Amino acid sequence: MLSYAIKRIGLAFLILFVVMLGLFSMVFVVPGDPAGVALGPRASPELRAQLTERMGLDQPLHVQVANFFANAARGDLGYDVWSRRPVLEMILDVFPNTLILGLVSLGWALVLGVALGCVAVVWRGTFVDRLLGVLSVSMIAVPSFVIALYSLLIFSVWLGWLPAIGAGEKGDIGSQIRALILPSFAIGITWVGYLARLVRASMLEVLAAEHIRMARSFGLSERRVVLTYALRLALIPTVAVLAMGLGSILSSAVFVEAVFSRPGIGTLATNAVSNRNYPVVMGTVLFMTAFYLFVVTAADLVIARLDPRVRDVLRS
Amino acid sequence: MSLLEVTDLSLTYASDGVVVEALRDVSLTVEAGEVVGIVGESGSGKSTLAAVLNGLLPDNARITKGAVRIEGTDLLTLPEAGRRRLRGPGVAMVLQDPMQAFNPVLTIGRQLVDFQHHLKDLSRADKAARAEAMLAEVGISDPAACLRRFPHELSGGMRQRAAIAAALLLTPRLLVADEPTTALDVTMEAQILHLLRRLRTDHAGAIVIITHHLGVVGEICDRVHVMYGGQIVEEGPVDDIHHAPAHPYTQALIACDPAAIPGRAARLPTIPGRPPPLRRPVPKGCAFAPRCPAALPQCRTEAPPRVVLGPRRSALCHRVSP
Amino acid sequence: MSSGPDALPGVAEPAREEATEEAPFVVRGAGLRAFLRDPMGVTGAVLVAAFLLMAIFAPWIAPYDPMALNVMNKFQPPSWQHWAGTDQLGRDLLSRLIWGSRTALYIALVATGVSAVLGIVLGMIAGYGPRWLDAVLVLIFDSFSTLPMILFALAVITVLGPGKETLILVVVLISVPYYARLIRAQTLSMRESDYIQAERTMGASAFRILGVHVAPNVVGPLLIVLSMDIPVVIMLEAGLSYLGFGVRPPEPSWGNILNDGYVSLRSAPHMVIVAGIPLVLSTLGFTFLGEGLRDALDPRFRRFGGPR
Repeated sequence: MLSYAIKRIGLAFLILFVVMLGLFSMVFVVPGDPAGVALGPRASPELRAQLTERMGLDQPLHVQVANFFANAARGDLGYDVWSRRPVLEMILDVFPNTLILGLVSLGWALVLGVALGCVAVVWRGTFVDRLLGVLSVSMIAVPSFVIALYSLLIFSVWLGWLPAIGAGEKGDIGSQIRALILPSFAIGITWVGYLARLVRASMLEVLAAEHIRMARSFGLSERRVVLTYALRLALIPTVAVLAMGLGSILSSAVFVEAVFSRPGIGTLATNAVSNRNYPVVMGTVLFMTAFYLFVVTAADLVIARLDPRVRDVLRS
Repeated sequence: MSLLEVTDLSLTYASDGVVVEALRDVSLTVEAGEVVGIVGESGSGKSTLAAVLNGLLPDNARITKGAVRIEGTDLLTLPEAGRRRLRGPGVAMVLQDPMQAFNPVLTIGRQLVDFQHHLKDLSRADKAARAEAMLAEVGISDPAACLRRFPHELSGGMRQRAAIAAALLLTPRLLVADEPTTALDVTMEAQILHLLRRLRTDHAGAIVIITHHLGVVGEICDRVHVMYGGQIVEEGPVDDIHHAPAHPYTQALIACDPAAIPGRAARLPTIPGRPPPLRRPVPKGCAFAPRCPAALPQCRTEAPPRVVLGPRRSALCHRVSP
Repeated sequence: MSSGPDALPGVAEPAREEATEEAPFVVRGAGLRAFLRDPMGVTGAVLVAAFLLMAIFAPWIAPYDPMALNVMNKFQPPSWQHWAGTDQLGRDLLSRLIWGSRTALYIALVATGVSAVLGIVLGMIAGYGPRWLDAVLVLIFDSFSTLPMILFALAVITVLGPGKETLILVVVLISVPYYARLIRAQTLSMRESDYIQAERTMGASAFRILGVHVAPNVVGPLLIVLSMDIPVVIMLEAGLSYLGFGVRPPEPSWGNILNDGYVSLRSAPHMVIVAGIPLVLSTLGFTFLGEGLRDALDPRFRRFGGPR
């Protein structure tokens, strides 16, 4: 287990290293220099020289690479080109908003998705199952920001029930919850469909197993068979997908955050792109990649603990 | 009243518009205390018969005719709840593949305790104690440790023993063992057969053993039913079947048993041809006729009669005369 | 789907034997027939065909010039003259939506096509080449697939500036590792198969084996994945255009129209409503088509990973 954990974590760091190398070199493959990118074509030479120096771009390449990694290791992701605020600080400021949005979206999607998946299994082969099948696919296919725009139009503009913008007042939990409803609906709906399908498929696979036949042959109630003997196994792949989900949800929140003008990683990055604020964009990409790797690696380790089979394969 | 009475049972599977007749007019009776073998190739319908006995058929199976009675209660007309009460204390199963028989994420102990859910007035600790005693009885050397293990931590033979222990925990009136030794190696097979033979004497209920291996049947059974193409083509006491097989298929099966071949053979004998296709419409004549060395012209056109050869001894063949 | 003998394996022996006996003879015909029996797949095919026709014949179908301004006539709700209404500059929305399908499908098809070709090549190299190369490529693929898709797109756009070409590049960068892994897995499993081993002992070149045997066999599963990824690309294009980082106005794009509509959501809600419809229908169409294809061609094949 320990050696597996070390290997898994080592791989995560290796991947992060490759990603950083890729992001770093991206600046150099493009025509022009990063300072030029940041300042735009009409910047004065003095300003450009000043920024070049501030970003350390006048140093030899290997020094730059070393600096980049050394700084990143210390949590220094560079500075905002305009306000000179540390990028990490800016990210940590808004990250909780995005994290809460992701967790809430995934949370309600998980409950509904697992429930719908179980319903489809119980009525498998019937009209209900087929209807849920089409419904799940549709929920997966429809772009979340279209749902965001439509629900914004209906519930905020026409009906006026829910706020159209922002993340609620600081300290006012009620307003924060109200501000969460529409965005988390738009993001979560995709996952309801996805999880319902996943649970249905893995459940059917598990229910066809010989040990389920065995449990039934002892007259265990169908409820017990499904909930204790099958669901526990069927949820193992779901845990893995959920982790990937949390990682990817946070970045797909970009569009939805933009629609609801909700402060978060997405809006931070979007604004930075508009201002050609290169360090902020790169910082968010790096931060979210690291976060994603962290969640996925943690999930792998959790699964290794959950599933005695995996646990033992690793031990030997 | 017999313990188990199957009369004229017919069953079909339907998938993608193709209907397959898996069982055709199957009748058999098992008395209390008997050990009965059901022998056939894969696809002969023997595993389907096992699934009927505990009422766990796939969704696409349909029983078209007949009755299955356990101590006089018809399983087929019984509501699901009643059938569920019979599973375990009425009919217990030992399934084909011991590797897959236990849930991989629950301990053996947890599962053995859960399987005793019919015994309402025992505590979980009592049930665990019973499970431990039963594991010892089937020859597991450290039963207390075994209860704490996960299935993948046990060897195939240990798992099969545990599966048999599970089935015996409820002192079932009928124990159905579906290919109990197929997935095991020869030493394990001998040990499990030994265990089953011991059960014959200790265990009051009847045992039905389903296998493709005539040798297994010879070791422990009182009577044998030979299945081919969804039908019982011959039945009788085990000695009669072994020494005076009446049906050409049974004769061929005995000739193919490696254990029965004296000395070294250049080639193992086989039955030429393939098992019959059972999709509708099933050909009129005898199912074995295309592969039968002694087939008559009428074998291909007329369904063979059931020829009674003695008490509880019959064959389904044109060539056999009483 | 679940009514077959797969419900309880081991019991339905006869039915299973029948199936394997027939399989080699009927695959093609049965696949097509199965597809046509599936209402979801047929719906998807019809929708996809409709959008393709719309994109190809946009100049002839569109009732107005999508660029023609008519400021006097701005923010008109749907009417007999303008079925989808007009936008803030008085341009006919129906015409812009029809032309927008051209933009969306052009980007989606070019981007996924290029990704597929690169994915096949890189995947086969990884699966068939030396082990060290495989290890390096897999590390690169894995690193790329951990990048958050939309944020990475934003980073590339910051460097290169917005535009159609940037969008295509972003999609290629994101999809190639994913396709390459799929192809690599298939190549690896085929590489061990008996008939490829036989070819190799007879001295067939790697090019021959990959081109004649491996490539045709990996295209099927890849097509299904492509069909399911096209909606993701359409969504990405519309989303980035909505943010103002995609297709540059005045070129018509569904995302641009949504953005214009968002600005005037209170006064002219019809813009957002009508621009969302083709977006929803086209993503549904391609997804349904992919689902239908998968169920018909290879029920075992499952798309791995979640929505990205």
